[in-house]
Amino acid sequence: MFKAKLSCTGLLLLAGNVAADWEVNLTRGVTEISREIYDLHMIIFWICVVIGLAVFGVMLWSVIHHRKSRGAKAHNFHENLFVEITWTVIPFVILIAMAVPATATLIKMYDNTEAELDIQITGYQWKWRYQYIGKEIDFFSSLSTPRDQINNEAVKGEHYLLEVDNPLVIPAGKKVRFLLTANDVIHSWWVPELAVKKDAIPGFINEAWTVVDKPGVYRGQCAELCGKDHGFMPIVVEVKPEAEFDAWLAEVKQAEQEKTAQAEKSWSLADLMVVGEEVYNKACLACHQANGEGIPGVFPGLKNSPIALGDQSAHIDIVLNGKQGTAMQAFRDQFSAVELAAVITYERNAWGNKTGDIVSPAQISELKEPAQ
Amino acid sequence: MNTSVAATHHHGPASGIGRWLFTTNHKDIGTLYLWFSFIMFLTGGCMALLIRAELFQPGLQLVQPDFFNQMTTMHGLIMVFGAVMPAFVGLANWMVPMMVGAPDMALPRMNNWSFWILPFAFSMMLLTLFMEGGAPNFGWTFYAPLSTTYAPPSVTYFIFAVHMMGISSIMGAINIIATILNLRAPGMTMMKLPLFVWTWLITAFLLIAVMPVLAGVVTMMLMDIHFGTSFFDAAGGGDPVLFQHVFWFFGHPEVYIMILPAFGIVSEIIPTFARKRLFGYASMVYATASIALLSFIVWAHHMFTVGLPLAGELFFMFATMLIAIPTGVKVFNWVATMFRGSMTFETPMLFALAFVVLFTIGGFSGLMLAIAPVDFQYHDTYFVVAHFHYVLVPGAVFAIMAAAYYWLPKWCGRYYNETMGKVHFWCSFIGVNITFFPMHFIGLAGMPRRIPDYALQFADFNAIATVGAFIFGFSQLIFLYNVISCIRKGKPADDRVWEGSHGLEWTLPSPAPYHSFSEPPQVK
Repeated sequence: MFKAKLSCTGLLLLAGNVAADWEVNLTRGVTEISREIYDLHMIIFWICVVIGLAVFGVMLWSVIHHRKSRGAKAHNFHENLFVEITWTVIPFVILIAMAVPATATLIKMYDNTEAELDIQITGYQWKWRYQYIGKEIDFFSSLSTPRDQINNEAVKGEHYLLEVDNPLVIPAGKKVRFLLTANDVIHSWWVPELAVKKDAIPGFINEAWTVVDKPGVYRGQCAELCGKDHGFMPIVVEVKPEAEFDAWLAEVKQAEQEKTAQAEKSWSLADLMVVGEEVYNKACLACHQANGEGIPGVFPGLKNSPIALGDQSAHIDIVLNGKQGTAMQAFRDQFSAVELAAVITYERNAWGNKTGDIVSPAQISELKEPAQ
Repeated sequence: MNTSVAATHHHGPASGIGRWLFTTNHKDIGTLYLWFSFIMFLTGGCMALLIRAELFQPGLQLVQPDFFNQMTTMHGLIMVFGAVMPAFVGLANWMVPMMVGAPDMALPRMNNWSFWILPFAFSMMLLTLFMEGGAPNFGWTFYAPLSTTYAPPSVTYFIFAVHMMGISSIMGAINIIATILNLRAPGMTMMKLPLFVWTWLITAFLLIAVMPVLAGVVTMMLMDIHFGTSFFDAAGGGDPVLFQHVFWFFGHPEVYIMILPAFGIVSEIIPTFARKRLFGYASMVYATASIALLSFIVWAHHMFTVGLPLAGELFFMFATMLIAIPTGVKVFNWVATMFRGSMTFETPMLFALAFVVLFTIGGFSGLMLAIAPVDFQYHDTYFVVAHFHYVLVPGAVFAIMAAAYYWLPKWCGRYYNETMGKVHFWCSFIGVNITFFPMHFIGLAGMPRRIPDYALQFADFNAIATVGAFIFGFSQLIFLYNVISCIRKGKPADDRVWEGSHGLEWTLPSPAPYHSFSEPPQVK
């Protein structure tokens, strides 16, 4: 008896897991707006179902009963003003009934006033940058799923492709306003459970907002085709209770200071190469490839390239400031002085580029300062 | 003088390859269009199968992301401009003169040219796959600045190819309008035109209105890429959103260009096999015209998330919802035509019935997408992919197949194999639904479109969709075999072909002679 009960529970649990994988409907989400949107979605869905059943019902009935093989004789009618007006007017009334709640929700979504926290979100080719306005917090967030999982060389984790190195952290219960823009091409910032999807467009600042009451982790993805790694720029939002959010703010600032301190110590070539390779794999590999050879015609190679082998300052300049009009971004703000020095050193010494050059973090700090 | 008149009197097709290269005969050109379209359909279909194969399981197995993007882009462009549009032009070439009682198209030499541009345009576009940097990889909607500043070098060839396709479409449209307005047989008033002719007339006006807009937008891209302008480059004072406004001002009427002739085809086929006149002929014409007019004021519903002002958002939501009304009228009319008819279910009728049901499902998801606040959740997900494939595959493509089966006996004087036709239908019907229905689910669950790899919770439905795609794809070979064996050794067809057939084309012998209606028929 007990055993049977146990196995029943087991089956139920299993069924629960399976159901999660066979999700067929929109999420209800965790905000007031997302629930309103879900309700609108269900209303319009059921309207469609009812109309569909009526129309397909009549059609099926005709197909079954008015077929020649059953001896059906064709009738002669081919117009009827009353019927035709009726089936023009009734849909019109249904549409108006639908437009009213939709308009109300839309007006609510467009109310961007009275936000308690402003966060600027900038889309980059294939990562997100989050700047907390007035809080001196500024960081990049990129995919943390290892390449070997994508290439099927390792078992895929639970949050495969939906995990990042630095999630966006926001306080629970507060109205957070997002200011969206992009650095290169158009991206779109989408978290289904918050029902926020807004395009991030270069040269524009779009607004969106959310209030999430329930602390938790909510995941989303870039929704606008933005080039090669469009499928690999997820979004993770961590909603924390206010006290924890404040603690997080302090922690991030602390970490920032430590990074600055690190730049002042002197680094050996070997140490820089280790850090450099990590940074390279994270930020450069997508275009310039693991072997440094790039993709011919799309992304230039670094192996034996005039920039990596030639004048140091030109190399530093292109990494810090990017190259206008190409996919090469300005990495000045994306990494610390140590990381930038390390990756440049790495590029000048990897894949047979044996210049033996060391670019020191101090050198980079000096160049980074004026922009701050 | 006398001899030359006598010679033209028995004028038949020229022999050899010259017949096809230099032909000005509407039937030959129609045939060329239809075969070209079928080849493109298979080419774009192979790309679709490659896409689906990569998406069979999570992880990257077959292709790298950049090539995946090239495949989605080329698949879209080829299916829209290479498969669906030329198929409709081919059907118009074959059928419009025969349906209005004209001897040929009004502008036969231009007709030859509008076809022969296409193989060159598409060869050039396909050859970009072998260029350094690869083919266009920015989606068939080619949003700037991904398609300008960040595009591969092949984008210039793509722009040239789009210009050529545009020229071809505009010339085709001018020809169809000139034919319908000037070459109708005596007594064939506008309100007696078969619906296929009516829908094509309206489609042709749409083409003339919007293909120049497409040409404009690609020219602006060309200027941005090579001549230092900044139409779409924010850094130079331009506006990336302007691109989307101009593109969709072309793009939305374009989607009706791909469906209105399908409405016409279905409106011919259902009355034939229900043995009953089309219900509400006049309202069908008005509904088609209203859909065409509305198509010019709804473009920004493709752009609900770009940050339109609230008033803009509301306007485009309401205008889009209005389209449901004339579309509904059409569906109700088709059902009313079947009601109390005397139906039989030959292959064209099966495809037409599937069209009505599955197109309507695509219409429902379209209505859902029109609701702007909810569209924020649907936009750019697989829900949208499911929606437009439902209106384009079991919509436009099924209608084209229905038309091919319906008129094939008139074209070649032989019947296709009915059993094989039904097998083709059921495989296509089942395959299409297995492919595209689960896409609604993964879209609602949150899978964005145009991604080569996805999170684990989308795995099961993706695997199912891939299986469906292979069923649908390979069942088209049955169609190919059926058509070829029909042309070569099908059972001879009589002039009326179908018991319930109606209209001028069925008064001609089967196969239709090379030159028909040299003397205009009298329409009562």
